[in-house]
Amino acid sequence: MSEFLRSYLVVAIFGGLGILLVGAFIGLAGLLRPDKPNEQKLKTYESGVEPTGSMWSQANIRYYVFALLFVLFDVEAVFIFPWATRLEAYGLFGLVEMAIFVFILLLGLVYAWRKGMLKWV
Amino acid sequence: MILASWLDTVFDSFWGPTVFRSIGGLAAVLLPAGAIVYLYLFKMMSFMQSRLGPTEAGPYGSLQLVAEVGKWLQKEDIFPRKADRIVFAAAPFVVLMSSFLLVLVVPFGPDAWFVNLDTGIYFALAVSSVSVIGILMAGWASASKYSMLGGLRAAAQLIAYELPLVLAVIGVVIQAGTLNMQDIVLAQAEGEIFGWGGIGNPFILTQLLGFFIFMVAMQAELTQPPFDMPVAESEIVTGYMTEYSGIRFLLFFIGEFATAGIFAMIASVLFLGGWWVPGLDPDSNWFNVLGPLVMFAKVIVVTFLIFWFRITYPRFREDQLQKLAWKILIPLSLANIVATGILKVAF
Repeated sequence: MSEFLRSYLVVAIFGGLGILLVGAFIGLAGLLRPDKPNEQKLKTYESGVEPTGSMWSQANIRYYVFALLFVLFDVEAVFIFPWATRLEAYGLFGLVEMAIFVFILLLGLVYAWRKGMLKWV
Repeated sequence: MILASWLDTVFDSFWGPTVFRSIGGLAAVLLPAGAIVYLYLFKMMSFMQSRLGPTEAGPYGSLQLVAEVGKWLQKEDIFPRKADRIVFAAAPFVVLMSSFLLVLVVPFGPDAWFVNLDTGIYFALAVSSVSVIGILMAGWASASKYSMLGGLRAAAQLIAYELPLVLAVIGVVIQAGTLNMQDIVLAQAEGEIFGWGGIGNPFILTQLLGFFIFMVAMQAELTQPPFDMPVAESEIVTGYMTEYSGIRFLLFFIGEFATAGIFAMIASVLFLGGWWVPGLDPDSNWFNVLGPLVMFAKVIVVTFLIFWFRITYPRFREDQLQKLAWKILIPLSLANIVATGILKVAF
């Protein structure tokens, strides 16, 4: 196996380590804890009153709009990172190119701003 | 002699160091989390609020953590009837897994690292958002209005502050010219500030704005007050954790403070020079021993800042929170990138 793949094997092992730790905690607790469920305990918590309506309630559309805006900038980050590591080699040419790219993305943010998308209420 | 040769064979293979690293990884995740909770959440917070904090369990209440874990272990494990059982059970696994993947790229000395990935900081930023999935899973699967709202708020906040966090790091990447965490430390050790190399170039000096943006975004990513809308106890109980009880609830807490420690490590590597001390030679072998201690000292300083802010400021409202991210921090960090780029090319 190559050095590259080996380092990602360690990544997988560490992911497994997280799962193992949680499993060990829950397993250990399983040996110690009581288990006496009743109707009141299993009810959804709503500050003491009887829960009403669907639990998967409707949410504000703003959350969705912000998720869309996030995609715009996250894609930008994917392009900026490789550029940032090689800026010394690109010099002025790279700088101007990226300034144009950032400016276009900024236009997107300004557009959302002007349309009132960034206002919560 | 026999021991030395046995150690040689163990450390020449792949699995020897890997087992060693796994133990180190457990320590690097759990030790800072415990230290943070005891030092800051129990003691410093108490003193700032004119009370003593835990005093009974052990000297100065130092065994309080053990007592707490023992208590949580004995609590009943309740799955609400309406909950989506599989997703509900899986959520803490995802959150903790994200902490373990995050600690992987942090270097603790010239040869003391878990994995020396070339994509270093990029990998860390990518896996740091895995915890968002766990939180959304917890919020949705609980089938409770509080949890649902908490999960959505958490997701909206984490993705909003992910951007300033990522963009603040780009300033450092431009200066260091690499994504590898180890090379970022070396770039600071060998750096020069406008031609003067007396103390190297800890990026906090030349990326002060970036450090400021990173700290604010980090506070929000950790959902620490003043950015604790997702778990605002006066409105939505404990947000996405409302329906969790016993050890599963504690696991979310461990994940939260372990991630706080790891983010502090990443901040120290990016801005404070990691395991390196200004003025010393980074090639010295001593750093393999001193490095982890230096890192721990820097982590304590950075987490002190986090918890100082946490205890000092009142909570942001949801709209103020989004406004700060989108209208102030993101334009500021874009300006920081352009300014850093211009200075890098000019000098």
